[in-house]
Order: sequence, then C-alpha cells, then structure tokens
Amino acid sequence: MYPSRFRYESPTSIEEAISLLEEGKGEAKVLAGGQSLVPMLKLRFASPELLVDINNIADLDYHRFDADGSLHIGALCRHEHLEKSADISARQPTIAAAAPLVADPIVRTRGTFVGSVCHADPQGDWASCMVALDGYIVAQGPNGRRNIPVRSFVSGPFQNVLAYNELAVEAVIPAPQGTALGGYMKLERRVGDFATAAVAVAVDMSGGKVTRAGIALTGVGGTTVDASDAAAALVGGSLDEASIAQAAELAASVAQPRSDHRGSASYKRHIISTFTARLLGSISESNERAA
Amino acid sequence: MSLDEIKIGGMGASRRRVEDNRFIRGRGNYVDDVVLPGMLHMEILRSPVAHARIRSIDVSKAWEIPGVRLVLTGDMMATRNLAWMPTLSYDTQAVLATDKVRFQGQEVAAVIADDPYIAKDACEAIVVDYETLPVIVNPDQAMASGATLIRDDKENQPDNKVFDWEVGDRPATDKAFEEADVVSEIELHYPRSHPSPLEPCGSIADFDRSTGKLTVYMTTQAPHIIRAAVALVAELPEHMIRIISPDLGGGFGNKVPVYPGYVISILASILTERPVKWIEDKTGNLISTGFGRDVYLKGQMAVRKDGKILGVRMHTISDHGAFFSDAQPSKFKIGLMHSAFACYDIPAAHLTAEGYYTNKAPGGVAYRCSFRVTEAMFFQERMIQAAADDLGMDQAEFRRINLVRDDDFPHRTPFGFLTDSGQYGKCLDVALEAIGYEQFLKDQEEARKNGRYLGIGISTMTEPLGAGNSREYDILGIKMFDSAELRVHMTGKAILRTGAKTQGQGHETTWAQIVAHELGIPADDVVVEEGDTDTAPFGMGTYASRSTPVAGAAVAMVARKIRAKSRKIAAHLLEVSEEDIEWELGRFYVRSSPDRGVTIQECAMAAYSNMPDGMEPGLENTAYYDPPNLTWPFAAYVATVEVDPETGVWDVLRMVAVDDCGVRINPMIVEGQIMGGLTEAYAMASMQFITFDAEGNCVGSNYMDYLLPTAWETPGFELHEVVTPCPHHPIGAKGIGECATVGGPAAFVNAVMNAVEHLGVRNIDMPLLPDRVHEAIATRSDISGAPPVRTDAP
Ligand SMILES: Cc1cc2nc3c(=O)[nH]c(=O)nc-3n(C[C@H](O)[C@H](O)[C@H](O)COP(=O)(O)OP(=O)(O)OC[C@H]3O[C@@H](n4cnc5c(N)ncnc54)[C@H](O)[C@@H]3O)c2cc1C
Repeated sequence: MYPSRFRYESPTSIEEAISLLEEGKGEAKVLAGGQSLVPMLKLRFASPELLVDINNIADLDYHRFDADGSLHIGALCRHEHLEKSADISARQPTIAAAAPLVADPIVRTRGTFVGSVCHADPQGDWASCMVALDGYIVAQGPNGRRNIPVRSFVSGPFQNVLAYNELAVEAVIPAPQGTALGGYMKLERRVGDFATAAVAVAVDMSGGKVTRAGIALTGVGGTTVDASDAAAALVGGSLDEASIAQAAELAASVAQPRSDHRGSASYKRHIISTFTARLLGSISESNERAA
Repeated sequence: MSLDEIKIGGMGASRRRVEDNRFIRGRGNYVDDVVLPGMLHMEILRSPVAHARIRSIDVSKAWEIPGVRLVLTGDMMATRNLAWMPTLSYDTQAVLATDKVRFQGQEVAAVIADDPYIAKDACEAIVVDYETLPVIVNPDQAMASGATLIRDDKENQPDNKVFDWEVGDRPATDKAFEEADVVSEIELHYPRSHPSPLEPCGSIADFDRSTGKLTVYMTTQAPHIIRAAVALVAELPEHMIRIISPDLGGGFGNKVPVYPGYVISILASILTERPVKWIEDKTGNLISTGFGRDVYLKGQMAVRKDGKILGVRMHTISDHGAFFSDAQPSKFKIGLMHSAFACYDIPAAHLTAEGYYTNKAPGGVAYRCSFRVTEAMFFQERMIQAAADDLGMDQAEFRRINLVRDDDFPHRTPFGFLTDSGQYGKCLDVALEAIGYEQFLKDQEEARKNGRYLGIGISTMTEPLGAGNSREYDILGIKMFDSAELRVHMTGKAILRTGAKTQGQGHETTWAQIVAHELGIPADDVVVEEGDTDTAPFGMGTYASRSTPVAGAAVAMVARKIRAKSRKIAAHLLEVSEEDIEWELGRFYVRSSPDRGVTIQECAMAAYSNMPDGMEPGLENTAYYDPPNLTWPFAAYVATVEVDPETGVWDVLRMVAVDDCGVRINPMIVEGQIMGGLTEAYAMASMQFITFDAEGNCVGSNYMDYLLPTAWETPGFELHEVVTPCPHHPIGAKGIGECATVGGPAAFVNAVMNAVEHLGVRNIDMPLLPDRVHEAIATRSDISGAPPVRTDAP
C-alpha cells in the first residue's frame, strides 16, 4: 500500500491529541482502528497531512455499565470486545446481536465502535444500533466536553459534526426503561460484507407493554435511517401480530434504498419489512417466555 | 523384502506437503520478496475510462518529482516497436496505449522511480487528455449495426467480431431433431469472473549490459512459453533470456498470459540498466488481467420419449474484451467448449460460436479449467436438468439412461473426442446413495406442504484434462508436451526438475512420490525444482490440469530410464546377466537367490564409482512426454439446499462429491484440490461476478465487491472416490485440479432450481444472489443475464 506522504504522531493523552488536531488545522485525521481510514489512505481517497494515532492513549479501551444502567463505550473499545463480553450479551441484546455481524473476525479485532460511528458510513452497523438505542457521543475539544445525540451527530454520508479539534472520547447508551430487548438482522452477501440491508431494533418493555422503542435501518439511505414512526407506533402497546405488521410496514416505507449490485431497491425494502417483522416477532416471543 | 511404499512416501501416501514448511513459516520466496541491488520500482498509470481517444499525454510534471528515473508512454514504446505485442491467440494487444484506450484499467504510462511511493506520486502527476467514445459492454451492443469499432487499429476488421467458429455434424444433428419426441431448450449466461490469485502479477527485469543477459523474475505459470515470447517480442537471443518463476501465490490460469507490465519492466531495465520491479496491486490484477468465462450459451436437446438423447445443438456468444488474448490451444477458438456432453452417449451434435470485442479487460483465460470446459459442463448439466424436467423424468434416471456405459470404451464423444475409461454409473450411484436420494425426495415433498423449499441438484461430467497430445494441441505453434529431468546423486539422493510450474498444487511433494514409486528412493530424498528456464527442461507449464497427466507422466518415464540403467549396474555388481535380475521396490536381486541383491542407492554409488566397462558414468536422464490422449476424469456432484421463500437466501444442506481421477498419487492433496474447487464452484454459483456499468466502469474491482467466499459461508463437503486407472498414463493417473470448479457450479444451481421448479421457474442465471432468487420466486419467472448494475433513483 502506497498512500500519499503524511506526518504521523502518536500522543499518549487526550489533551495532547487535541492539541495535535488543533495544530493540524483541519488537515489532520484521527486514527483509531484504522479499518476504514487505512483503506481510504491506500486508495488515496484520503490524503491527510497528519495522522493522530490515538491507540497509545491510556484509558480509552473500555466498556462498562454504570450504576444507573447506562452503557459507556470508550474510543478504543474494539468490536471484538463487545462481541465477546458476557455483560453485553446479558444486558444489551441489540449490541450483542450486531457485534458478530460487523465486518469479519479479523477486522473486529482492530475496528472500534466509536470510530465506526465517527466514520458515518450509511452502511455502518453500529450507527443503526446507536440510533435505535438513543445513544450519544461524548466529544472533547480544547474547551471541554459536550454530548452529541447520534441523530444530530451524523450530518451526511461519511460526515459528522465534530469540530476539527474535537475527539470523540466515548459513546453512551442510556439506561433502558424496563427490560431491554432487541436484536439486529443483516443481509450480507458474505462475511465481511457491508449490509445489503439491515435492521436494528431496541425495545424496552415493562409489564407486557412497550415503554420505549427504536428502529433504525442500515444500508437503505444516504445515512442511517431512523424509522421513528415505526418505533413510536409500538410504544404503549403490546407486541402482537398486528402491531408488528404495522411497524414492519412503516419501517419499510421510510427506507430510501437504491438499486445497486447488492440488490434492487424494492428487494431491499422488502428485506427491511421482513427483518423488522422477524426481529419484533422473536422479541415478542422471548418476552412472553420471560413473563 | 520389498519396501513399504507408503512408508517411503510413494504412491497413495498422504504425505504432508513439503513446500508448506516454508510457506507456513513465512519463508516462501515470491517475486515481491526478491530484492536486487540497485533495484528501481515501476508503477503503471491506468485508464480511468473504458473507451477514449488519447489526445495527449503530458508527463512533464512526473519528471519533475525527485527520484523519478524514467517515464514511459506508448509513443516511447513504439520507438522500440514495443507499443503492441502479440497475444496467445494470434491477436495483438497494446502494451502502453498509443491511439486509444479500449477498457477501463488499460495501461497508459509507466513511471520508474527510486521507490514505489514516488512512482505512485509521479503517476498521479501525469495528465492525460481523453476524448471519450461510445462504450460497448456486451456482445449485444458489439454486434449491433453501427456499433463503434473498437479495434480500428487492425486491418481487415470491419466490425467488432473476433471469430465465427463451428464444430460437429450439422446435417446429422438436424436429422436427430426431426426424430425427436421432445425438444428442450435452455439459454444461460456464465458471468465474467476472475481467478484472483492471492498474489497479484509482477516481475523484476534485470538486464546486464556487460553479459548481455536478461534475467526476469516473473509470476508465470509457463516460464518457457514466456521465454519464447520474450525472444520473439523483444528480439533478444533466447539463450540470453532467463525467466525465473519463483514461488507463486496461486495462478488459476491468471498467470499464463504475457502482460504489458512484464514487457514494460523489461524495456525499463534495458533503458535504465538497473533491475526494475513491478508489482501489480489487487485492483490492477482484478481490472486488467486475464478473466474467466463471460459467455452466453444457448442450445437445444432432442430427446426420445423413453429418455434417450438423440442430439444436441449449442450456440455460444463470448465476450473477449478489447483484445483477443485468450490463453488456449490455437486450433480451438472457443477452447474446448466442444467437450460438452462427453460423458453422455449422444449420436449427433453441432456447435456454433461467435466471439466479440467489447470495452472490457481482455484475456479469457482458463480460470481453473481446461479451456472453457467450465462453461461447457455448466451448460451440459443445466441442459440435462431442463430436458429431464421437460420429459417429466427423474433427473438421476435420465442421466443413467444416457451416461456412457463401462463396456463402451473407447467412446467417441458427440463432438469427436475419444474417451477411454470410466465407471460413470457407479460414481452416480455412490453419490446418490451417500446423499440419500430417495429419502430426500420424500422429505422435499413433505417440506413443500409446509411452505419450505428444499432442492437437490446433480452434476455429472467428464472433462478433457492434460493438453496435449501434440498432434492437436499447441500454443502459438509450440506443441503441448512436457518434460522431466532426474539426477540421482552418488548417495542415492536426487533432484528432479520438470517443465511444469507448481503454484499451490504441491508438485514438490507429489513428483517425489512418483520417483519413490518408480525407484524406491524415499520421497524425502528427492528435491523438486521448477520454474527456472536456465535449469528446468523445456515444458509448457501448469494450467488446464495438465501437470500430472503430462509432466507427471514424464517423471515416471524418466525414473524408468534411471531404473533401466540401474538394472545394468546391478547386474554388474551382482555378477549375473541382466536377464537374471528381478526388481522389487528399491532393490534389484538375483532371481534364483533373492537374498542376493543391491539397493537402488548402491547402484547410484556404483554409477559414479564402479560402473561396468563401456558404460557412461552418472545416473541422470531426461524424458519428454507427449501423451497419446487427454485424460478423462469423471465426477458426480450432488448438492441439497433450502431456499428461504421470503428472502431468497439459500443454504447448502449437504454437498457430496464423488471423483474418479484414476490412481491418486497423494490422496490428501487430491482432496485438497477437490475442496478448493468446490469452494470456487460455490462462489460462482452464489456470489461471484464482475460486471460493468453502461460507461464501462468495472464493478468488482476490489475484494469488497468481488467476493471470495470465506470459511464461514463455504459449506462442508463430503468426498468419495472411485478409481478407474487411466489406460494410457504410465501410473494410471488423470487430472483432478479443476474437476470440482468445472462440475460444481451446476450442482448448486440445479439444486436451487429444483427447489423452486414447482413455481414454474426454470432458470436463474449465476450468481444466484438472494435478490435474484427472491425475484424469481415472487414473479414466478426466470432471471436471465448478468446481474445488472442498477442505477435507478430511489
Ligand atoms: C473488510 C472490512 C469489512 C468491514 N465491514 C463492515 C461492516 O460490515 N459493517 C460495519 O459497520 N463496518 C465494517 N467495516 C468498517 C469497520 O467496522 C471499521 O472498523 C469502522 O468503520 C471504523 O472504525 P475504526 O476504529 O477502524 O476507525 P478508523 O478507520 O481508524 O477511522 C475511521 C474514521 O473515523 C475517524 N475517527 C475514528 N475514531 C475517532 C475518534 N475517536 N474521534 C474522532 N474521529 C475518529 C477517523 O479520523 C476516520 O475518519 C469494515 C471494514 C473492513 C476493512
């Protein structure tokens, strides 16, 4: 691989990283897992003057559930850690279902959750999980930290609202309102392929009723698609055949798929509806079993 | 007491691959591992557009970059008469474009610099002014009247047609169709694919003015053909050219042709008097080097009510890209397409073929197949299934009725090849038994009642492997035979060289096993070397499953020459006449007193220290082998699948493979070849294709879009064997390297089609992507052609 020439720095603190970004004046790029950035350097789609490698910054490689039930994912938490952690599989079903479907096992050992959300690929799996779960990004710049809800974090395909001198330090998923249920279904042509279409569903339930719901769609729009109407229609009710069918239809109706070599637009829309129904169906089943 | 052949690693031993020792330790020596003193690096600038006139090329900015040593364009190549080169199919191909670019990815300029980063920067600094022309991306467009002429460089080329060709007996075939009760038809597309070896192509040219010698390290499956080509193209004396093909990271046919990069690196080294290394990147490999398939096939089958096939018609339209640089025997314009239906007893057949130029990458290579037999066998087995369906006959039964019977050999195939051996019916029976055919049909019926779609697909075929014989097979007039040279040293250890070139097949392991079998020298005592034209005997290289049928036979023959000489030495050592000597593995003994004997190692020592009077010293020899016929392995593949009617996703439930490749030298390696081939077959059937949008942009130019299956989605394979020795091969072996890639795809496709046939769906063209399968199910209609690159708005 023969990228353009660039300067490389490897800071050991967040503050140092931020001052390097400051120095880069918009011509710098953060290097996390490198699983999206390095291919772009190889193809010379990106030719930054400065690479700020954050891999040597201590204390960014974590995920934890706080006492209030919120999930915090540090900027160096790799996909693989989410895939293989017992607390994730026990407490956060949407993330647990998506983790083994992101990229391939090799990429998952390097790629980061936060890097993926920053990359803002409309086909990124984590962004959909974040949307379905009402997650937010904690950004740190020279003037301190701010929280950015994921819905306003992504500003377009491969674009986010971070200032050039800001680093995303963690992603946060708020505590569930009741029992956290959910799942992720992805149609891919092969392991390691981006989604032809995928659906993230997160449903909090209490006393047989839906207290909160989020549905987001991958690969069927210029950015992650928030199927908020489909989700809203579920809140307050129970998950039955009729409500599931309605949500599936609403989700499919907001998808904006394009026909390409992965499949036709109408097929992708059909997959969104099928997967939404399948996910909600199995959530309803597992809720009934638990009850 | 005779040696235990398995213990010495002889025939039938599943000996571990000796080459893996270095490969798994990262100690392989590939072209890119070779570093020569003073070496420069070359990068190629490729065309971003598929069809355009070149108005101008401005290289001045590239020259300004420090570290740039040479910038080459087509005009500069032309001053050396090297702007164009001959192809392996008697056409010409641009080395660096002069007049026009004719496909996206075509070589336009080259930069030679101190390091590859500089070379790449300099390529970006070259400004090319293109005047775009209408683009042709398929034969339909190519043959349309008024179509833009792609090859306006050629004389006598009024249109985009490459060739018209036919074979078979038209009147007899017409008559067969008149007598038919049922005429079945099918029309298919075999999509363009790419061999995509792990290692892309590359070369290091090293011209030494003081000796006049040109040494080229090159990723080639056929080093001797390349030497001949370089001698002819670059007009250098052949003895001053040394081609070294070191370890190859796979070839699959991709590394047979001569590529522009090789030629440019050679001229660059001559001009700079420094070694010049060119290593293609993966995208360069995918978009510019030899592809596979890209053929439209249609045909008809004439059948009698009782299931007897009376005749077949085939018509193929092939897409060759911008230059006709197929690597194939000269005589056959569409390769060995006419090997179709070779395993069936069919009295009459006729094939017509047309080839077209398009604005796509050139180089229809035999991607893991013996020159278009993959397309032939795919068509054959899809046609067979269609005809069985039309007759309302069980597909296994229909095959059984028409397969050539064991006592029918030698058998003339419908297009005139001669097959010589096989147990076709038995292979099919073994496969059906293994899969539990009758039970599956019952399960399928039950499942259908519950809305589940199960399917079973069969593919049975024999294919011609191991070109030559030299009577019929040549490339650019060079006859297709092969060679082996064996040197047995004083202590009974040996070095063996052949004219073939291993690229993953395990020659270093298996050739030593043949020597062990013939001479009783333990395989571990034989080192095998290939790929250096200064040391290896002349041969045609490795592709088309020809190594074991041809070079492997030469190994046996040269070992027999060594044995014959050793026998004379043994007689001398034992002081008896040669007629009184008997041979057992590894040892000669006196017939009348078997405990008086000498080992092959003792004979070797004597060949250098105690030879009989009048005998030439030494124990070395060479054999050239021109096979009397091709070898004809047989395979029966059966796959079962379940299709999800809601999504079109299909899963392979089981895949049973029964292969008869004659005597197996190393069963483990044979099984590895079959599993690898089935994996590629599954890839073709399920996900793999290279396509082009209307502007000629290649979709499939990287490994995110051109899909190679991983261990995750590749199904498990259940392998079985039947052994019918090849009657003319010295050790009874037949080719096996490609059977599964060739025969496998139809098994998967037939299975999916069988799962949805009750909906009236008759064909879905490969790859059977879920959206295509779903569309067929939803609309109850066929899906034909290459997967379109759709660009409609949301
Ligand atoms: C073969 C392959 C297959 C893949 N398949 C999938 C898939 O199926 N689904 C999927 O979702 N993804 C897939 N990916 C992408 C993968 O998940 C990446 O890991 C992820 O998108 C980016 O994470 P990263 O840590 O590697 O980020 P990097 O590549 O290091 O960075 C990506 C971008 O985000 C920026 N960035 C990273 N971290 C920060 C930060 N903390 N603050 C500010 N900016 C930051 C970088 O500057 C860069 O612009 C695939 C990648 C490969 C190579």
